[in-house]
Amino acid sequence: MNGDLAIDVTGLTKAFGGRKVVDDVAVQVRRGEIMGFLGPNGSGKTTTIRLLCGLLVPDAGTGTCLGHDVLRAGEAIRRQVGYMTQKFSFYEDLTIEENLTFVARVFEMDDRRGRVQRTLERLGLENRRGQLAGTLSGGWKQRLALAACIMHEPRLLLLDEPTAGVDPKARRDFWDEIHDLADDGMTVLVSTHYMDEAERCHRIAYLAYGKKLTEGTVDEVVAGAGLSTFTVDTPGAGALSRRLQGRPGVDLVAPFGNVLHISGRDGDALRATLAAASAEGPAFAFTADRPTLEDVFILLMNQSTDNFA
Amino acid sequence: MSARAGRFRLSLARLWAMVVKEFIQMRRDRLTFALLVGIPIIQLTLFGFAINNDPKGLPTIVHVADPGPHGRSILSALRNSGYFRPTEEAASRAEIDRALELGRVQFAVTIPAGFERALRRGEHPAILIEADASDPAATGNAIAALSRVMTNALMHDRGDVTPAPPPPFDIAVHRRFNPEGITQYNIVPGLIGVILTMTMVIVTAMAMTRERERGTMENLLAMPIRPSEVMLGKIVPSIGMGAIQVAVVLLAARALFDVPMTGSFPALMIAVMLFIAANLCVGFTFSTIARNQLQAMQMSFFFFLPSILLSGFMFPFRGMPVWAQTIGECLPLTHFLRVVRGVMLRGNGFAEVAANAWPMVVILTVVTFVALRRYKRTLD
Repeated sequence: MNGDLAIDVTGLTKAFGGRKVVDDVAVQVRRGEIMGFLGPNGSGKTTTIRLLCGLLVPDAGTGTCLGHDVLRAGEAIRRQVGYMTQKFSFYEDLTIEENLTFVARVFEMDDRRGRVQRTLERLGLENRRGQLAGTLSGGWKQRLALAACIMHEPRLLLLDEPTAGVDPKARRDFWDEIHDLADDGMTVLVSTHYMDEAERCHRIAYLAYGKKLTEGTVDEVVAGAGLSTFTVDTPGAGALSRRLQGRPGVDLVAPFGNVLHISGRDGDALRATLAAASAEGPAFAFTADRPTLEDVFILLMNQSTDNFA
Repeated sequence: MSARAGRFRLSLARLWAMVVKEFIQMRRDRLTFALLVGIPIIQLTLFGFAINNDPKGLPTIVHVADPGPHGRSILSALRNSGYFRPTEEAASRAEIDRALELGRVQFAVTIPAGFERALRRGEHPAILIEADASDPAATGNAIAALSRVMTNALMHDRGDVTPAPPPPFDIAVHRRFNPEGITQYNIVPGLIGVILTMTMVIVTAMAMTRERERGTMENLLAMPIRPSEVMLGKIVPSIGMGAIQVAVVLLAARALFDVPMTGSFPALMIAVMLFIAANLCVGFTFSTIARNQLQAMQMSFFFFLPSILLSGFMFPFRGMPVWAQTIGECLPLTHFLRVVRGVMLRGNGFAEVAANAWPMVVILTVVTFVALRRYKRTLD
């Protein structure tokens, strides 16, 4: 066993009604690392996370989570894992303090009052301790959920789309907090749809249709995609986008305001197509650019859809 | 190994966490709380005052083709019995049929032409009494009372009708435990069981499905709390709720309906606790099966109907065929009714209660087992 890995599983498989939702996925996460799970809706991110914390029993797969066998020691894993669900899953008809107290009691924590008090202070929720959780805004609910998840000082934090529906400022604060926790040695596995969040992860993995398509640091993933990207700065970006769609070498066209991103796996063919299109007129200038993570992911998404079509 | 061994160890701290949470949620849910106290009062006054197994003053149409004195005295005897209330007179046969078909009257009495003369000649004339027997319960007692009413009427009226010779032996009938046949004595104790069945099953059936619907179930499963702790934590507060309901009904039974308490009150209370626990476990089992609160509600009613109809609450248990009695025996309410009627009316003590209550222990054990098997630690 590799003592440096918080999660080390291979061949993770889970089927619902004959459909493989998670198909032969391997996950390795080092201690103190923030690992991001990306992928379209229904790609198996949530299921993978549930398999890791013992909420679901895998059909196949071997490995360890925090040194415990994932197949047999769900109970022991649960005690050391903080799991934040996609949907707010604390009690809306309980106050903030009552929710925290409930969690503290369930985990049989020592110095319950002290811990709840410190958590409230850290959240800055002392004045609102008596407020019903259901009346909190999305951002505050998320902070409360995170606080409740880490109150028992878990060694591994599993976050399932924690920032869905949260404003940018709250998201930024949330990620600062995640980094603080990771710096203190906590391992974090987080699923997200946001590219800026993916870029704040140490490593990312891309899942689609239950399969892991790629994995690595952001730079590695971008480089590994072998994508060439050109940008065109033109007022008629929309019209040009329609013209280029489906031409040889063009895999992806996406306008960003007046700037058009054109990407393709075959760089030479793409360059030739762009030159030809410009010659047909109206002429435009194109420059080679570095592909963004988003370009890579949209391409991956298109490809995997094709595979299943 | 230690994880295995720890599987069956109950943590009081975790159980307490659950109980406190449930109490707070119950307190916040004002409407449900009000219903839980209100339902017994409403049902008790409604059913206690409304249900009557011995209906009287039933509307009767009368067709008198022979207006002689005997016919009249028979009519007044019918009226005096309390069961028949002449509401209209029919001039023809067709009118009688019409009144019966429309359901306007329950009975039709026809005194045929020449009745008086035939009676005097000792020809044994017949009076026709037609009943709308589409509801046997409504007509049964009235018909049973007929022969007594008639004989008395004629004896009183005419000295010259020779009374039937007395049978060579006497029949002494003692209506024990409820000599006056008061319906409430039967209904009100039974209502304790019916009310508890309804509210207790629904409350717990909803409790778990609510966790699932609101998404809090996933969190609960991800935390180190055991199924038995969740189950007990949900059940304990409801037992308190059931106790309040029992107190309300018992007080009302005494104050409003004068139902006696002839047997052992403590023995009854033990049976009540057992019964509440059995119903809560049934509700908990439903909640592990139902996907949403609507399904939980439907399952509760699916359980509730046979409980009312096959337990002996509404219809005599011994009147049912064996297969229906077998179903009835599987319902906690059947056994509870025997206990509660036994204690309140028949003066039962601990020994008799134990004899009637043990099947509830069996039901409780089986249902608890099923519930805990159904409540999985995972989301599969």
